Amino acid sequence: MTEITIHHYLILSALLFCLGLIGVIVRKNLLVMLMCIEVMMNAINLTFVALARYFNTPDGHVMAIFVMAIAAVEAAIGLGIVIMIFRNKESIQADDYRSMKG
Amino acid sequence: METYLFYIFSFITVWTVILMILQKNPIASATCLVISFFSLAALFALLNAHFVAVLQILVYAGAIMVLFIFVIMLLNLKKSELMHEKMSRLSFFAIIIGLGLFSFLMMKFFLIPQIFFGEISPSFGTAQEVGQSMFTQYAIPFELIGILLLVGIIGAVLLGRKDTD
Repeated sequence: MTEITIHHYLILSALLFCLGLIGVIVRKNLLVMLMCIEVMMNAINLTFVALARYFNTPDGHVMAIFVMAIAAVEAAIGLGIVIMIFRNKESIQADDYRSMKG
Repeated sequence: METYLFYIFSFITVWTVILMILQKNPIASATCLVISFFSLAALFALLNAHFVAVLQILVYAGAIMVLFIFVIMLLNLKKSELMHEKMSRLSFFAIIIGLGLFSFLMMKFFLIPQIFFGEISPSFGTAQEVGQSMFTQYAIPFELIGILLLVGIIGAVLLGRKDTD
């Protein structure tokens, strides 16, 4: 087998990002939509780390750690919102929150 | 050896993410997501980013997944409620959008001329080097992240409390 190049990692992260995007659009369950957003953030992390290895600097690692912190905040806030709207409508399907559709 | 490990872990990651999207039950989705986080941590370790790999397991597989599973258990969803989920009418467009974005990114990636990873310093990716960079060059963004975490805590508490009026 050939040696692993930066393209392998970039293709993998692009694939993960696109899978996360498709998941966010296709699924209607709010919890799974949040999980798909986490997958997208992970794909970005993989790009940062692969490019840090490529350019031989720790900058990408620092950025990956920042992205992790932001992902943690996003998960906390997002799950708080999910709990709040579950209390209002007893459902976590995105279809049940169309009251603002006009 | 490294090549085989890369293919094994990337296959596990992609496969578990696909399974996560296809599962009806949120708990099953969360389990798939944990496996993909672990294999991504292995990929980070393959890229000599040991510190980030450890943080990936601690923060993602530890904290964020526990939060997810806690919320799923807290909501106590009925089985019938999960089963009547229908796929979005935009599913077809979603796949087209995903494939389009993927091919666009491929076009951009293959413009990178020199593709092999070069030599690295022995201290690359250790906590010392990453920490040194984080607390000198990136000190201000680090502080801003701290403020963001504080805002997140306050927001989560405000969102999660019961209305007392």
